[in-house]
Amino acid sequence: MAEERINAEQVQHVAGLAKLAFTPDELGTFTGQLEKIIGMFEELSTVDTTDVPATMRLSDDTLGENNLRPDKAVKSDEALRQALLANAPEKANGLIKVPAIIDESGDGE
Amino acid sequence: MTYFDQDLTSLHADLVAKKLTAVDLAKTTFVNMKQVDPELGAFLALNEDAALKRAAEIDAKGIDPDNVLAGIPVAVKDNIVTKGLTTTAASKMLEHFVPVYDATVVEKLYASDAVIVGKNNMDEFAMGGSTENSALKLTHNPWDVSRVPGGSSGGSAVAVASGQVPVAFGSDTGGSIRQPAAFNGVVGMKPTYGRVSRWGLIAFASSLDQIGPLTRTVKDNAAALNVIAGYDQHDGTASKRAVPDFTAGLDGDIKGMKIGLPKEYMDEGIDPKVRAVIKDAVKKFEELGATVEEVSLPHSRYGVSAYYIIASSEASSNLQRFDGIRYGFRAEDVKNLEDVYVRSRSEGFGDEVKRRIMLGTFSLSAGYYDAYFHKAGQVRTLIIDDFKRVFDKYDMIMGPVTPTPAFKIGDEISDPITMYMNDVLTIPVNLAGLPGMSVPAGFADGLPVGLQLIGKRFDESTLYKAGYAFEQATDFHNQTPKVGGAN
Amino acid sequence: MNFETTIGLEVHVELKTNSKIFSPSPVQFGSEPNANTNVIDWGYPGVLPTPNKGVVEAGIKAATALHAQIEHHTYFDRKNYFYPDNPKAYQITQHDKPIAHDGWIEIEVDGQTKKVGIEEMHIEEDAGKNTHESDYSYVDLNRQGTPLIEIVSKPEINSPEEAYAYCEALRQRIQFTGVSDVKMEEGSMRVDVNISIRPAGSDQYGVKTEMKNLNSFNYVRKSLEYEEQRQQRVLMSGGKVQQETRRFDETTGETILMRVKEGSDDYRYFPEPDIPELNIDDDWIAAVQKTIPEMPGSRRKRYVDEFGLTPYDAGVLTQTKEMSDFFDATVAEGADPKLASNYLQGDVNAYLNEHKVGLLDTDLTPAHLAAMIKMITDETISSKIAKKVFKAIMAGTEPVKWVNDKGLVQLSDPAKLQPIVDDVLDNNEQSIEDFKNGKDRAVGYLVGQIMKKTRGQANPKVVNQLLMKSLKAK
Repeated sequence: MAEERINAEQVQHVAGLAKLAFTPDELGTFTGQLEKIIGMFEELSTVDTTDVPATMRLSDDTLGENNLRPDKAVKSDEALRQALLANAPEKANGLIKVPAIIDESGDGE
Repeated sequence: MTYFDQDLTSLHADLVAKKLTAVDLAKTTFVNMKQVDPELGAFLALNEDAALKRAAEIDAKGIDPDNVLAGIPVAVKDNIVTKGLTTTAASKMLEHFVPVYDATVVEKLYASDAVIVGKNNMDEFAMGGSTENSALKLTHNPWDVSRVPGGSSGGSAVAVASGQVPVAFGSDTGGSIRQPAAFNGVVGMKPTYGRVSRWGLIAFASSLDQIGPLTRTVKDNAAALNVIAGYDQHDGTASKRAVPDFTAGLDGDIKGMKIGLPKEYMDEGIDPKVRAVIKDAVKKFEELGATVEEVSLPHSRYGVSAYYIIASSEASSNLQRFDGIRYGFRAEDVKNLEDVYVRSRSEGFGDEVKRRIMLGTFSLSAGYYDAYFHKAGQVRTLIIDDFKRVFDKYDMIMGPVTPTPAFKIGDEISDPITMYMNDVLTIPVNLAGLPGMSVPAGFADGLPVGLQLIGKRFDESTLYKAGYAFEQATDFHNQTPKVGGAN
Repeated sequence: MNFETTIGLEVHVELKTNSKIFSPSPVQFGSEPNANTNVIDWGYPGVLPTPNKGVVEAGIKAATALHAQIEHHTYFDRKNYFYPDNPKAYQITQHDKPIAHDGWIEIEVDGQTKKVGIEEMHIEEDAGKNTHESDYSYVDLNRQGTPLIEIVSKPEINSPEEAYAYCEALRQRIQFTGVSDVKMEEGSMRVDVNISIRPAGSDQYGVKTEMKNLNSFNYVRKSLEYEEQRQQRVLMSGGKVQQETRRFDETTGETILMRVKEGSDDYRYFPEPDIPELNIDDDWIAAVQKTIPEMPGSRRKRYVDEFGLTPYDAGVLTQTKEMSDFFDATVAEGADPKLASNYLQGDVNAYLNEHKVGLLDTDLTPAHLAAMIKMITDETISSKIAKKVFKAIMAGTEPVKWVNDKGLVQLSDPAKLQPIVDDVLDNNEQSIEDFKNGKDRAVGYLVGQIMKKTRGQANPKVVNQLLMKSLKAK
């Protein structure tokens, strides 16, 4: 791994992905902290993991059963729809309202 | 009144015999909470009106003799959603959020006629080990109010330790039930991953989170887990295994039990006073007829790094839904959509949450995934294998819960790495999905020290059996803290 | 300079399940905004996805129709990005280990057939829908969580014409599995294309441009034709093709630059921890495969081999599953296959075109069509009467009773027809004379007279026979 683990520019880039913004002061503090923590993470590079599969999720696989839902539709009642809409900061005509979407490409591709 | 004199079994007997009503119990509970809690800050919200109404309903239909929680006041950590009752995860992001559905655990509590009296403070989104990361309140340790209660289920542990409620339900992602249980001298169980439904638990790290009970005694704990455990169609990771009666094997007999004591859990990184307490506990287990032998979990030292990569990565994704659009906090005077996202999240999340989101986003990002996220997953496999090897020969593992007793408020909050290292003994259990329990094991300088019992997957029963035997042979669970206990 | 073209297609198909892929909300169109949503679709705090068994089975069917290898151990991943119609800010999809890979379908261009490889097929969730007004956008989450399959082709499509044929073949095969309506106009089939060109013989692909969400197969072909030529012009004039997303303008037939791609987007894919791995064993696959309807190729072969239809007719009948199913059902009801084929392609098709409706939107049933055809073949009705009967069955009327009630049954009994023949001959001496003098016209006239007397119900064949016999006897 690189000498410089993470710099302010990279922190800015990551913040962009995470939709967070930092003031210049915060950026300095966060960069320093992330640098240290990522430095700690680097101890993992000393562990020999050749041919070791990664564990990404845990499930009770001893039962060998798929935990799947039968394809049956359940329609929510109007009260739930109203309750969901009530929690939205802005809504109109049963729709959730947001400031105009400028990029129309959907998933940003 | 407090809950120091009676356990669940005795309260239940009084309720069934009508020596006590659910309404009496609820009323005195609220009177006590209002006296005790201002000094401690265990609760973010009290559910007084609804609880009293509920208690009256339960009295009216009669106490079910088969439901040990019937009519019993219980507290719930504020990251477990309660329909109609504000659920904040101790974040500005959800400060005024009213859920529209109940967590499965909450549904089960209602079905067993438990009375939810309030929601407990915690570290924001369960990220932290001192409850200092709550955006809404500071919680104090009842044994020494200048110290932290631990976290993230700090409010739940304090509520039980200070005698405000007999049972509280917390969540444990890297030690968040066991560590505050240890710091407060109560019993805290993190069940096997998949034992309790996560539906309605505001996700921190999906592959690690688990809900569990905090109680004053082991038997109470087993009784509480009986109520919340079991398969749930809403949670694809919930196990379909049958749930045993966890109170069944509590007979004090652990003769012949084979226990492993990992040398890594007793090395120089652990406060000598904590080690001394654990050594005494080892002797006690040997007196009770168990054999305790040193074992090794060689990869556990990498647990902290692996955990902070995995948990933060999952969290960075889980917390993206807090975007100011459908619910929760939205920044004011936003100019455009990007503003809604960036300002709502930047103003709505606290520093520790942002740190984890940043770590996780970084670990998953292009060019770093293999070296961090994938590597951590591989190390996780090695940690799981370490445990498997030990459990081939041993029934259970024991050790300390934390390297030190409760530290001073403000002492460690500014240093994330020191804070993260506090979880070194609890994290491996979450990474491996095992059950782990903290049982009061003694004191260091007047502060409680917890004994950690770690079991095979889905073998909470052995932990309860061993914990019960140890508890009955000692008197630590009968000690009461300065605040609450004096009442 | 000669160029080779390489085209890739990513086709999204909405599955026709009862409930959504990770929530029990109904999959249904045309409802009130946000009516088909629940806390899962809104990405509420604390919710978890519960995978729908029906979606996995639909995936197995589609994979089978694409001759793809089905993974025995597959799982879901999260694709992270913020967008108002994406409530969790991640899409649950399959990135690492899709449910199926390495398939192929056969396409036909100018009478030549070619196998086009399928790289992979995965299952995932659809997003909600945004609508836009000047300063605000509005989000409807009804579509959020609708199950999709995405089918990614191998870079083996070499012309816009082949891309068109690929879309057709893909649509047809998926439609025959019954897992989707695959209608471009309703959005249940959506096509993204990418295209690059390279000097003939080069072993490196050129830089590709992309076009998303094309509205018809025709636009797929036209946009690719335009883009193929545009890229050639760029290269021929010494320029470089940029990696970019372009939009097809349907009115001008040109493609317009939308966005230049700078590096790849960072979606931070990782395995979805909330959903355990799926184990798809051979028994399950076999059980699901048993329920897959017969594919068009097999049907075409059967129509030619067993029913004696021409390959052309077999092809027309298998263009849609509705038509082919209808034909099979009509034959199963006892209709002559050739007549059934003729009627479906002729009168029925004309009716559908005239009324601009689909086959299943009419009141016609295979039983009624078969009953009518049987009456034609056993000569209960004449082809002339059949025209009237056809109108009746298109209106949903049971034809046998209708024909009897209306007294339209053909007169074929010689014993009943002979007296009418005799009567007509008795009254037309002149025509008999003409016949004897070799004037064939007289026969037609006499037949006409007989038909008139029987109000068109006489069986013309029988009438002819009786008449000839009687004339020769005179």
